[in-house]
Amino acid sequence: MSTRKFSFRVNGVERFLELPPMARLLDVLRHELGLTGTKEGCGEGECGSCSVLMNGELVNSCLVPIAQAAGASILTIEGVGEQTRLHPVQKAFLECGGAQCGICTPGMILATVHLLNKHPRPTQEEIHEGLNGNLCRCTGYMRIFEAVEKAACAIESGAME
Amino acid sequence: MRSYPADYELITPGSLDAVLCLLSDEPSQWTPIAGGTEIMVLFGAGKLATRKLVSISPLPELREIVESEDLISIGSGCSFTQIRRHAAVKKHFPLLAQCASLTGSIANQNRGTIGGNLANASPAADSSPALFAYAAELELISTRGTRRVPYEQFHLGYKKIALAADELIRAVHMPKRFGESFCYARKVGTRNAQAISKICVAATGSLRHGRVEEIRIGMGSVAPAPLRLIGTERVLLGAALNDATIAEARKALLNEAVPIDDIRSTASYRQLIAGNLLEELLREFAAWGDRK
Amino acid sequence: MQKERIVGKPVFRKEGVAKVCGAARYIDDFSMPEMIFGATVRSAVPRGRIVNIEFGPGIPWDEFTVVTAKDIPGKNYIALINQDWPCLADGFVNHPQEPILLLAHPDRHLLPLAVAALRIEYEELPSVHSIEESESQQTIVWGEDNIFKSYVMEKGDVDEAFAQPDIVIVEGEYSTGAQEHLYIENNGAIAAYSESDGVTLWGSLQCPFYAHKSLLGVTGLPEDKVRVIQVETGGAFGGKEDYPSMIAAHAVLLAMKSGRPVKIIYDRMEDMAATTKRHPSRARHRTAVTKNGKLLAADIDFCLDGGAYSTLSSTVLSRGTIHSGGPYYWPNIRVRSKAFATNTPPHGAFRGFGAPQSLFATERHMDRVAKAVGLTPEEFRRRNLLRTGETTCTGQAICQQINLEGWMERALDHAGYYEKKARYDRENTDSLRRKGIGLAVFLHGAGFTGSGERYLNSLVGMDATTEGRVRVLVSSTEFGQGTNTILCQVAAETLGIDYEAVEMAPADTSVVPNSGPTVASRTTMVVGGLVHSAALGLKQTLIASGLLSEPYTTAAFQNAAKSYIAKHGALCSMSRYEAPPNVYWDDQKYSGEAYAAYSWAAYVAEVTVELTTYSVTVDDFVALQEVGRVLNPVLARGQIEGGVAQGIGYALYEKVVWDRGLMVNNQMTNYIMPTSQDLPPIRVFFEEIPFEYGAYGAKGIGELPMDGPAPAILNAIAHATGEDFNAIPLVPEDIAERLATRAPIAKEMAAA
Repeated sequence: MSTRKFSFRVNGVERFLELPPMARLLDVLRHELGLTGTKEGCGEGECGSCSVLMNGELVNSCLVPIAQAAGASILTIEGVGEQTRLHPVQKAFLECGGAQCGICTPGMILATVHLLNKHPRPTQEEIHEGLNGNLCRCTGYMRIFEAVEKAACAIESGAME
Repeated sequence: MRSYPADYELITPGSLDAVLCLLSDEPSQWTPIAGGTEIMVLFGAGKLATRKLVSISPLPELREIVESEDLISIGSGCSFTQIRRHAAVKKHFPLLAQCASLTGSIANQNRGTIGGNLANASPAADSSPALFAYAAELELISTRGTRRVPYEQFHLGYKKIALAADELIRAVHMPKRFGESFCYARKVGTRNAQAISKICVAATGSLRHGRVEEIRIGMGSVAPAPLRLIGTERVLLGAALNDATIAEARKALLNEAVPIDDIRSTASYRQLIAGNLLEELLREFAAWGDRK
Repeated sequence: MQKERIVGKPVFRKEGVAKVCGAARYIDDFSMPEMIFGATVRSAVPRGRIVNIEFGPGIPWDEFTVVTAKDIPGKNYIALINQDWPCLADGFVNHPQEPILLLAHPDRHLLPLAVAALRIEYEELPSVHSIEESESQQTIVWGEDNIFKSYVMEKGDVDEAFAQPDIVIVEGEYSTGAQEHLYIENNGAIAAYSESDGVTLWGSLQCPFYAHKSLLGVTGLPEDKVRVIQVETGGAFGGKEDYPSMIAAHAVLLAMKSGRPVKIIYDRMEDMAATTKRHPSRARHRTAVTKNGKLLAADIDFCLDGGAYSTLSSTVLSRGTIHSGGPYYWPNIRVRSKAFATNTPPHGAFRGFGAPQSLFATERHMDRVAKAVGLTPEEFRRRNLLRTGETTCTGQAICQQINLEGWMERALDHAGYYEKKARYDRENTDSLRRKGIGLAVFLHGAGFTGSGERYLNSLVGMDATTEGRVRVLVSSTEFGQGTNTILCQVAAETLGIDYEAVEMAPADTSVVPNSGPTVASRTTMVVGGLVHSAALGLKQTLIASGLLSEPYTTAAFQNAAKSYIAKHGALCSMSRYEAPPNVYWDDQKYSGEAYAAYSWAAYVAEVTVELTTYSVTVDDFVALQEVGRVLNPVLARGQIEGGVAQGIGYALYEKVVWDRGLMVNNQMTNYIMPTSQDLPPIRVFFEEIPFEYGAYGAKGIGELPMDGPAPAILNAIAHATGEDFNAIPLVPEDIAERLATRAPIAKEMAAA
């Protein structure tokens, strides 16, 4: 069948691509745009390692056909911060041991960014719920919860490296 | 990823009318896709039977929640996040907000829609029990016009719904008359999030002189479709909520809740828990009555 | 003990910045010019003869590379221990999902359609699907008797002990199900081949030299023509110890035949259905105990389901056998153990490696033995826990100063055990929410069993580059557990330079020596110890050369290294494993020093069993362990928390649903691991009694936390409900089946 032209913003940059409309946003990010920070863990919207923000909302990019991302603004892990200029969430994950094998980490960080945007001072329950679509097999989540709390404090006090 | 994307067509007509014309001109050819949280899972697994999809996700008419004096109307394209956050929904239909908040995960709630949940017609659909409890009516739309269907008449069998080939679910309407009612909802899944229910239930009710005046109980995952427990309700109407009535109700439930064994759970477990949840809800109903 | 600057500190994960930025590159993040994609066609039946293979319509087959067993240049088996694991089925299949042929094509999306278009006809043969079926030997599916391996481990005279008068005998049978690793990154590999360079394999794997060895067999190439490189690995837990050799061989075969680099990445459904899982087990305990609660003897029958080929079953069985004794003093004990063949994808290494299975049984059983002699679980353990100087079930004298009773008491204290136990006993009778608190005390041997470490003969190096960067040369890999960080900490501490000045050499078999596989909780203790001695050698070389004198700064060290290299060409120090003294293991008698060191633990679980739904929630979890030395408190804590989470999954959530050897719940939606909303606070405590032969006193901790949660939780459930459940995973359906006839709610239903 056919490909079509789509445009959307990824990490602040306008992108123009010609693709089958059912290409998954995850595959477009990884293969067309070379943004391999977003990962595929399950392809069924359960593990959250493909999480990105689409128009500010946390979504599983393995479940978004590219046609439905047309005109959208996407934030991937590459847009959150850089190795020389970490976002407070990234810094907190580093300090608290929130990443072990690291494969869930990009999605987990996007979920944390999303959570803190909605709940700048989240309760324990809100943290547990905010991350409930991001599976981590390594940490048991404890270091991650601590990282979220630490990041929340850092953001509140206006810290930014 | 087991599907070949180039084999699929996904079009995005610019208006609701355009979508309806398509469904009317080419009946049963195009599958509407809203948030995609069901369809894209099938697509990823290589099990999506349809090759032609029409996106209804961006249609603004379907994404509104409108409150009038008597009703709240939730557009079929409203996401679970929208539903659970809406002040009027939380106030007047807290069970629906609760069910929405227990659906999938945060990311799935951002994309999944109530219309998609209903059209998918899984017996385990998370929003269904609340719609029974709140006497919901569905508004269905096509080029032939609109019609209203009480939610109880929507499910015709396993994955069979009263939706014509050229129709879309336009909205869910619920009357704002449960403000003083007893309400209860519970979902039992394999874990606390990201769980398809083993059993889910929602109920509203009122008492008059200590007897059940109105009761509406919706239950999922115990039959080929979500259902309202009419037979069980009949036993309770006009009765006092005591041990004997509760035992009667449990007995009646055994005729209506006929669950199966599947990959998540067993028929015997579901049947037992259905009875236990019914009893829990009735005891809470009684306690609520005592407090009033 | 000296005050250390780096060891013992929560320094940041070496590759942490890359990971939090999404810049760490895993196997599917790599691409190469001319690269094509590979996929595997697998058996649809559990056992049978392949009668016909038809390439169905609708696929441009002439564009595909196709590989069958006939294309294997070397030997058609994946070398682990035995030679029975076919790389590709050749005429016969022995499990569902067994690889039969391989396909490659430039269009990644076309491959699943091609796999689906292959029609294979089988003549099915009778198959075996449980330990009992295999044990009955009515159908023989492997060797002469379906038995991969058996052991008899004996101490004292068990039969005599059971014949004594005035004793209490307690029997029990316990079982554990399969468990899926569920690393969030699926298996993947990229292979390239050229006549001149040979084979290069990049993979998500734990043991580069295991894959290297297997590839030598399959390709028939010489050692220097095979190169294996581990890339960032997204979780492993043992699932990438053995299996990667298979996917590596497949990628290599396709690369050799097509002449192009080939990438194979499994999707979740394939990874779950086709790769290894934890061995299911059955343990039968018969225990003799005095009326005072002193253990006299155990007669244990311990069996594993090994799947269709032997792979690592003999070593899993070995560890499970030895750990059957738990942390107790046994005057007499006999363990007869067997690993059986069944027609399911071979089971393999998984964190704990046989010990979670046998310790589940033992710790559950001990609570029942305690009850039989009228003692509380904790008092019973007090009377039987090993003490310094006593011998284990293999006759190994405990030389370390241990204090199991004290550690158990501390764990109970942290958990508020006594107060809670009394309160729950009072409050449970009328409640629909029954609370319970349960205990498990256990051990885990660090390093390879017996003569294993000698056999591995690990070699480690330290070197410096021409820019003065110091590198650790090991084949030990990072997959989240902290290898990079810990080994760099050890090196930096020993060398007296900054942590930032040390880096890991790539885990590339053409660059690093074989420091042994990254398994068995050996990396910190054994490999770390070798890093320490290699680093000492490096330092001494520089000092002896006159280019460096103490005290020195990091910059001075780096300059000295550069000068040395300029003068001598290279700066490198190697260190070879030497067994600690007095470690003797008798493989025939199965006795002696089974492990150079044990880590010890006491775990306490608090649960609520809700009688309306029969679901179990773990409300609080205390994990206390003695580990020699904590080299990095954040990493160590993270290891324990993660292991406890996996243990909770093992106990209550993670059920593999089988249909004649095929896993049918092979998706994340229906194989259930805990989410962030399902776990209790996990409270971790460490005790440290430095181990002389471990790096800076460290022993192993990676697998230890897997052993305790399941028995602690089931002991807590027994306390909450008064019912013994002896099989895991224990799901609400199982609890309902047992309790429904007993609960007050159901009484009414019965009366109605």
